[in-house]
Amino acid sequence: MDWQAFSLSLELAAWTTLVLLPLALLAARALAWHRFPGQSLVQALIALPLLLPPTVLGFYLLSAFGSGTWLGRAYEAVFGGSLVFTFEGLLLASIIFNIPFAVQPMQRGFEAVSREVREAAWCSGMSAWKTFLRIELPLAWPGILSALVLTFAHTLGEFGVVLMVGGNIPGETRTIAIAIYDRVQAFDEPAAAIMAATLLGFSLAAIALVHGLSGRVGQGRG
Amino acid sequence: MASAAGWGKDVAEGGEGLRAQLNQRRPIPLQAELSAAPGELVALVGPSGSGKSTLLRCLAGLYRAAGGWIAVNGETWFDSAQRLFRSPQERRCGLVFQHYALFPHLSARDNVAAALGHLPRSERRARAEQLLAMVHLAGLEHRPPGALSGGQQQRVALARALAREPRVLLLDEPFSAVDQVTRRKLQRELAQLRRLLGIPIVLVTHDLEEAAALADRMVILHQGRSLQEGPPREVLTRPNSAAVARLVDLRNLYSGEIVEQRPDQGFTLLRWGERVLEARHRPEFRPGQAVSWVIPPGSVILHRRDRPSRGERENPVEATVAEMVELGETCSLELRTQAPQASAISLALPTHVARRNGLAPGEAVRVSLLADAIHLMEHDPMVE
Repeated sequence: MDWQAFSLSLELAAWTTLVLLPLALLAARALAWHRFPGQSLVQALIALPLLLPPTVLGFYLLSAFGSGTWLGRAYEAVFGGSLVFTFEGLLLASIIFNIPFAVQPMQRGFEAVSREVREAAWCSGMSAWKTFLRIELPLAWPGILSALVLTFAHTLGEFGVVLMVGGNIPGETRTIAIAIYDRVQAFDEPAAAIMAATLLGFSLAAIALVHGLSGRVGQGRG
Repeated sequence: MASAAGWGKDVAEGGEGLRAQLNQRRPIPLQAELSAAPGELVALVGPSGSGKSTLLRCLAGLYRAAGGWIAVNGETWFDSAQRLFRSPQERRCGLVFQHYALFPHLSARDNVAAALGHLPRSERRARAEQLLAMVHLAGLEHRPPGALSGGQQQRVALARALAREPRVLLLDEPFSAVDQVTRRKLQRELAQLRRLLGIPIVLVTHDLEEAAALADRMVILHQGRSLQEGPPREVLTRPNSAAVARLVDLRNLYSGEIVEQRPDQGFTLLRWGERVLEARHRPEFRPGQAVSWVIPPGSVILHRRDRPSRGERENPVEATVAEMVELGETCSLELRTQAPQASAISLALPTHVARRNGLAPGEAVRVSLLADAIHLMEHDPMVE
C-alpha cells in the first residue's frame, strides 16, 4: 500500500472539490434559472469532459500548460513554477476534468427549486443572500451533495489525465490510481490488489452516501 | 377607469392606499390603471392571458413594466420617469401565490417566521404562532406544508403574506386550487379578515361570482387593458361596452336604434328589430343613433300562464323555448323570439318555477324585459 500516493489522491480530491464548490454553485444556479444566448453551447462544453477520452483532454491540457504557451508563461511569471508535472498543474487539470460532475447534479438540484418559491422569499423580505442560504441551498441540497461526493470520488480514481499532465512523481503527482498501474507494471500484484480494493470500497461508500443522504434529505425536510 | 383618469401623478402619490398606472407594449401588453383605498378589496377580473397576474407581479415588484408608476400611501414604489424601482424586499407587500409557494422544507411556523425578518429574533416565534392562530391553524405549527391540506396551505400562505405587516395585500387566484366547500369557507374568512386589516387588498380572479361576492370594486381586464372599474353590481349589469358585456358573460347583448327620448316618463325608447322597447333613460343618446344594449338574465321575467299580473305590460316579448338545461336548483333557459328576428334570450329560473309553468323545448312563452335593466351602450359593429 502506497500511503503517500493515497494521501496525495485524497489531497487532490479535497482541493478539487473545494475549488469547484463555489464555481459550480454559481454556474449551476445560472444555468438552472436563466436563459441566455449560447446557453446550449455552454451546456455542451460543460458536458464535454464526460465523453472526451481522458488522454485526449490530458494531451490538450499538457500542450496548454507548457512553458511555450501564454498560460504556462503567465503561471510561471506569477508563481515562479511550472504547471507541467506538478501538483498545481494536476489540480487545475482535475478541476477542468470534474466540471460536469460538479455542475450537472447541482443544476438538477437548483432546477427543483421553483421560481415562485424564490419569489415568495423575496416578497417575504428575504434578501438575495438570505434567500440563497435559507431557501435555495436547503432545497437544492441533495443535488449539491451528490455533486460533492461524485467529484471527490471521481478525482480519487482519475488516471488518464493525471498520467498525461502529472506523470508519475512520488509525493508530487503519483496518485493512487497511478500507483496501482505502477505496481502492476512492476509485477507487484498484491500491492496493486490492496490499493484497487481500497479504491473500490471508497467508490461504493461514496455511491451509498449519495443515495442514502439525498433520499433522507428529500423526505426528512420535505 | 373613469375616476382615475384625471389624476396627476403628484396628486395620486399624496393619497392613501394603492394607486398605479402601468403601460407597456411588449412582451406583454399592459395599459392599466388601478386604485384601492385602505380597507378596500378590488378584484382584477379577466380571462386567462388578460394580464391580471402580470399586473399583480408589477405591484409586488416581481415584474418591471416599461412605463408607469406605483404609489402606496404616498410612497413611490415604481416610477419609470424617475427610473425608480423598489425591489420586492423594499415594498412591504404581501402576496399569496396561486399555488401558495410555501417553503417545502420549513414547518408552517417557520414559513411564517421567514417573513418576520423585521422583528428581533426572540419575538419571531411567538408572532408566527399568533399569525397562525389568526388564520385558524393553531396546533399545526410544526407541520411541513406537505402534511397540510390545500386549504391549510392557503392559510399558511396568507399568514406569511401578512407577517410583514404589508401596506398592500395581493391575492393571486387564492381559491382556485381548493375544493368548493373549502373555498366558500376561506372566502368567508377573507371577508371577515379584511375588516381587521384596513389595508388595500387586490384579488386576482377569473371567477365573476367570487369577485361579486368579495369585492367592493372590480376592474375588468382584457389584453392588459383595464376596460371598466366600478362596484361589481354595476359592472356586471351595466357594462360600459359590448366588450365588457361579453367578458362578464352577459349573453343578452343586442343591437338597436334610439327612437325617442322621454325624460318625463324616465325612459328612452329603443327599436329592437320589429319591436319598440322602453329602456332606462339615457339622455346622452340621440334619436336615430345606433346602439348596443344588454339585459341581465335575471331581469327577463317570465309571465305566469295561470295568473297574469300587472308587470306584463312592461316590454312584453313572445318567444319559444329553444333550450332548457336543469342545473340542480336553477334552470337555464334559452328562448328564441319569433321569426323573422329570431333573437336568442337567456334567462335563469328556479327549477320548480320552470316545472310549475310547464316549460319545455318548443313551448311558447311570454316574458317581460324590465325597462330599468335595459342598459344602452355605444354601438359595437360586432353585435348582431
